[in-house]
Parts: sequence; structure tokens; C-alpha cells
Amino acid sequence: MTVQELPGAGASHRSTPPPAWRPRTDAAPLLPDPEPYRVLGTPAADRLDPELMRRCYAELVRGRRYNAQATALTRQGRLAVYPSTVGQEACEIAAAMVLEEQDWLFPSYRDTLAAVARGLDPVQALTLLRGDWHTGYDPREHRIAPLSTPLATQLPHAVGLAHAARLRGDDVVALAMVGDGGTSEGDFHEAMNFAAVWQAPVVFLVQNNGFAISVPLAKQTAAPTLAHKAVGYGMPGRLVDGNDIAAMHEVLSEAVRRARSGGGPTMIEAVTYRIEAHTNADDATRYRGDAEVEAWKAHDPIELLERELTARGLLDEAGIKAAKDAAETMAAELRDAMNAEPVLDPMDLFENVYAEQTGRLREQAAMLRAELDAAEQEEGDGS
Amino acid sequence: MTTVAVKTATTKPATMAQALNRAMRDAMAEDPAVHVMGEDVGALGGVFRITDGLAKEFGEDRCTDTPLAEAGILGAAVGMAMYGLRPVVEMQFDAFAYPAFEQLISHVAKMRNRTRGAMPLPITIRVPYGGGIGGVEHHCDSSEAYYVATPGLTVVTPATVEDAYGLLRASIASDDPVIFLEPKRLYWSKSDWSPEAPAAVPGIGKALVRRTGTSATLITYGPSLPVCMEAAEAARQEGWDLEVVDLRSLVPFDEETVVASVRRTGRAVVVHESGGFGGPGAEIAARVTERCFHHLEAPVLRVTGFDIPYPPPMLEKHHLPGVDRILDTVARLQWEN
Repeated sequence: MTVQELPGAGASHRSTPPPAWRPRTDAAPLLPDPEPYRVLGTPAADRLDPELMRRCYAELVRGRRYNAQATALTRQGRLAVYPSTVGQEACEIAAAMVLEEQDWLFPSYRDTLAAVARGLDPVQALTLLRGDWHTGYDPREHRIAPLSTPLATQLPHAVGLAHAARLRGDDVVALAMVGDGGTSEGDFHEAMNFAAVWQAPVVFLVQNNGFAISVPLAKQTAAPTLAHKAVGYGMPGRLVDGNDIAAMHEVLSEAVRRARSGGGPTMIEAVTYRIEAHTNADDATRYRGDAEVEAWKAHDPIELLERELTARGLLDEAGIKAAKDAAETMAAELRDAMNAEPVLDPMDLFENVYAEQTGRLREQAAMLRAELDAAEQEEGDGS
Repeated sequence: MTTVAVKTATTKPATMAQALNRAMRDAMAEDPAVHVMGEDVGALGGVFRITDGLAKEFGEDRCTDTPLAEAGILGAAVGMAMYGLRPVVEMQFDAFAYPAFEQLISHVAKMRNRTRGAMPLPITIRVPYGGGIGGVEHHCDSSEAYYVATPGLTVVTPATVEDAYGLLRASIASDDPVIFLEPKRLYWSKSDWSPEAPAAVPGIGKALVRRTGTSATLITYGPSLPVCMEAAEAARQEGWDLEVVDLRSLVPFDEETVVASVRRTGRAVVVHESGGFGGPGAEIAARVTERCFHHLEAPVLRVTGFDIPYPPPMLEKHHLPGVDRILDTVARLQWEN
């Protein structure tokens, strides 16, 4: 069903169309399919690109290992916090894979894996969560916006950046990531609306992982699906199985293609599940049962792809081992890097608040400098 | 601080509104990265007509009517600035900016810092503020205390026509986000600024002594400057020769000019429309006391709006600092000749 077929869609509340009115030329239907789109385990899998899928597989295995390593680092006190994406790796990996070098990724705090999959050094991606600075990389260098902790506030940034790029005539698409909880925020609404009005080359990827910390989707929205929200803004909404990386890759690629060719924004709801707790501070047993978690574990993104590829003879034991070995190497390097204590300069606190330090900051910097010098002196005297 | 060259205008800007318009027009003409955006800024030219003619002259891509959504406007401006544009955002009325506070405080103010200088945001946020125009609820707030309490924001407010032009040019040229507070009741104040007059005004971060005096210093800004100037004239009848300092820039705060003035006069009164408790005057009084204690002949006093929600139009005259209240406060500085 397209929006034009919706009951009452033909009736306009305007007496005459305003001059600026332009009918949508994009024929893409707005309403999502009733069921999440799937490729793996369906006849559609016949058209899979073996090389692409083997790359996806290696990335998924690496992503799972990254999640495990980061969680272990939290237990060791090396990270202040780590919001795991175990079970959601297909969303994170696909988001990074569909972007060209000049495109921009706008991640939320949970999306470090997407940033890593885009090529960011894992240590730089984890700087925020380790606590040595708020952003560990130059956003322009990697075309990855700072990980956003406030919910959905990075979405209007993605719209503005994509809009600016298009005004400049640059071929740039922005892909913005948000969780199911984030769709309740006002900034989500404003970003979707701006993107649609401006026909900005943006893709919104909503990872519906079932819970906003402890609050289930049913208490988050009364909409039939989150993808339905797109209709009201005048952009296509897509419902996709977030654990099916082939489906994710296909739907995201299509949305990026539409954005790039001037077709405007798309909103994608990836239905997935957060296998682990929100963070190490969360007790997931208080709000969900084991049976539900186990059911989702049986729908694991890595196993789904592995099953498909091995059944088709596109992946063998050697291929699986190679992916695991590469993941172990990444984990070992990450461990080593995170075990090195970061060298921090407290005087950095006063840098980059303004282009030019204010008198007030200069005074406060001098105060801290004196305190540091005194402490150093004391240490010297004591030894 | 840098001094901003004020381009000699071909037509004399007669009002502050025209000077602001001219500043945006000149900035847009000089730099294609400058984009004006907000609700009603296009065909209408803004509800105060400050952006009048910009869409016509530079096109709708450079002067854009946005959806009515302040968080979206500022959030989109963040993304545009991330890509190298220099957005000039209009917030229409002081209290209408509040939906954008999350964007302002969590992103605009912090982006340079959290990216260690890699991603400064050159956004100018124009906020018509303050009362005295008979506006109804939510149209007359003095919201500067919220802005000055947020590290990373530069906060300026012109009180004269030449500063409206000069400070807005400096704000648009700044690589940091600037809250540009426009005293809306001065929009229609006339200028004695001649295009052939001095070609430059001091830039952001410099306070100016608008009137020299010896008895006491009135420290003020924005809409309260003309009130203070009038009070200073009236004070002559009492035998007081008041100095008037126009801050122009609340952040950075030009402590040196203020301190030098108060050390000369030995007495100080801070005047502003916003509430006193936790208002900018509290900070200024504290700083003046810290730096001038041994020069002070009297405690630093404040004349501010009351600590109440902005009153309805028919009562606002009782709330806003006026000449009499300023003079009564100056009298409390207790001269003994």
C-alpha cells in the first residue's frame, strides 16, 4: 500500500496548493512491509555476492570479538562503561559497509562498533568510554561525528551536514544511527521532518533492540512499527531483520543509493535484540526473562550468515578459522593498547573551550598549574 | 581582542534593525559560507524584518525558511557548521529558544572542546531579547544568565547601532559559537552613525566607557544602556557625575575596563533587566568586589528586573529598571561631602 492509497489520502486540507508544493517524484512506497525484510534462509539468498558475504562474515566475527573484548575491559576497570552490541553486530557492520569514503556516519554512544567497522582505530573509538577525553578522534579525518550521548541529538546534525554538502554540490550521504528509545525524543521528530522537507541525502537507521535500558518497545510507542513513523514525514519507512546482514546491507544500500541520487531520506527500522545488558551498571534480569533472550540467541547474526554460507559452499572451516584468527589479533592489539595507561595533561582542561582563552580561564589554568607544581614539589621532597 | 573593520556603508543605517540587516548582507556577500536560517526569515524578512531582503538577494538556499522547530534549526546548523558553513540562526524571540537548549548546551557549546579543537562551530545565534515592547508572555525574557553560565558560548549584546553592525560582523566571523542578544526594544533606535565616521568598532570582549564620570560607575549592557545614560544625565542635578560602562560582551567579560573604571570612581552599580538572583550582575558585583575592595567606598549594588516570571505588558514598567530606580540605588551609595 502506498500513502496515496491510504484512506482519505486524496483529500487535501488546503483549499489551493501553495506555490512551493512539489509532488514527490520518487515512486518508492512509504509504508513499510508488515514483516521485517529477510534474505538469509529465503530464496532471495540465491543472489548473494559471495565475496561481499565473506567480508561481512569476517567483519561480524571481528565485531563479536570486539564486543567481548570491550566488555572484558570494563570488568577489568579499563573502561568506565561499555554499551554492548552483542546480537546487533549486523546493524553496526552493515551501516559502516554501505558508506563511501566521503560519506558521514553519525553514531550514538552505543555505536562504537560501527565506527570501528568504518576503519576507526578501536582505541580511538573507546576513548570516550575509557574516560580520557570526550572524543578520541578527528571527526573530519574519518567522517565520523563524535559519539553522541544525548539521545537523537545527532540526527539533526546529520541532516544539516547532508544538506550543506548538497548545497555545495558534493556527493555526500549522511547515515545517522539511533535506538528505539531515541525515536521518542523531539530531536528525532525534528530531524526526520527537516530531512524530508529539505529532501536531504540522509539515512536514518533505527536499531530497535527491544529496550531503552529497561523500558520495552510497547511502552515506548503505540505505532505498529517504528518504521511506520516515516510515513508521516513523507519518507519511505523500511522494516528489516537487523540480525540478517544480507538484508541489512541490501536495504541500507538501497537507501544510500536513493539519498545519493537525490531521492531524499529513508528511515530504516532494524529489528534486533540486545543480548547483553544495557551497560555493566544494568541488571537485565529485572525486566526480561531468560526464555526471550535464549530465543534471540537462536537468531544470532553470525550463525545466520554462517549457516547460509556453509550450506551454499561459500564458507569452509578454513574460512571460519581465518576470520576468528583475525578477530583474535584485533582483540590482542586492543588489549595491549588499552592496558597502556593514557598519559593525560590536566592543563588540557582549559584548552579548546574557546579559540582564544578568556581571562577567567587563564586565571583558573594558573591556579591548577600552581597546584600541580606544588604537588610535584611535594613528591620530590618526599622521595 | 581584535578590532573589527566596519565597512563603510553606502547608505546610512538609520536604525539598529537596519544595521543588523546590513551586517548580515555584507557578511553574506563577502563569504558564500554564511547562511541565514530560521522561522520566517525568508519572504517575511523575520517578524522584526531583520533579515528583510536577504532571501531575495541571496536566494532561499542562503536565507532559508525552516520548519518551526528550534532544536531542529540549531541542530541542523550544527551539521552545516560541521561541513564548513557559517550558519546565522534566528531564534525569533528569547523564550522561543528554549526548545533548542539541549542542542545549544550539549553540542554547540562543547563541540570544539570535545573534539580537542578539531571541530569548532562558527554558528551565530541571534536572539531578540528583553522587554519594554509590550509583548505578551514568552516574548520578553532576558535569558542571558542561562547563556553566560554555559562554557563554550560567547555572549554579546549591542546597545548602539554601530555595535549592532560591528559586533554582528565579528560574531559571524568568529570561529566559536556566539549568542548574539538583540535588545529588541532598541531595534528602532536611531543612529547618529555616519558612514564617514570612524571605520572601526572594538570587537568581541571589549567593554566601552560610554560616559566618563567621577562619582560612581554604572555597569550595564544592551537595553539598559540608554536608561543608564539617561540616569547619568539626570544625576547631574543631584551633583553626581556618573561613569557608564557598556559591557557589549558578557562572555568574555572585560574585567580590566570595569575594574579600572570602578577603581577611579570608588563606587559601582550594575544594571540589567534580567532577574538579580544568579543574574550576570551577581557575577560582576563579585568580581568587582574581589578586584576593587580597597578602592570601594560603598558596596557594589545592583538594579535588576525582579526575580519574577516576566510580567504582563501592562505591568512591565514596574519591573524594568528605570531612571528613578537607578538614581535611588545610586543614592544608597551614601555620599558624605
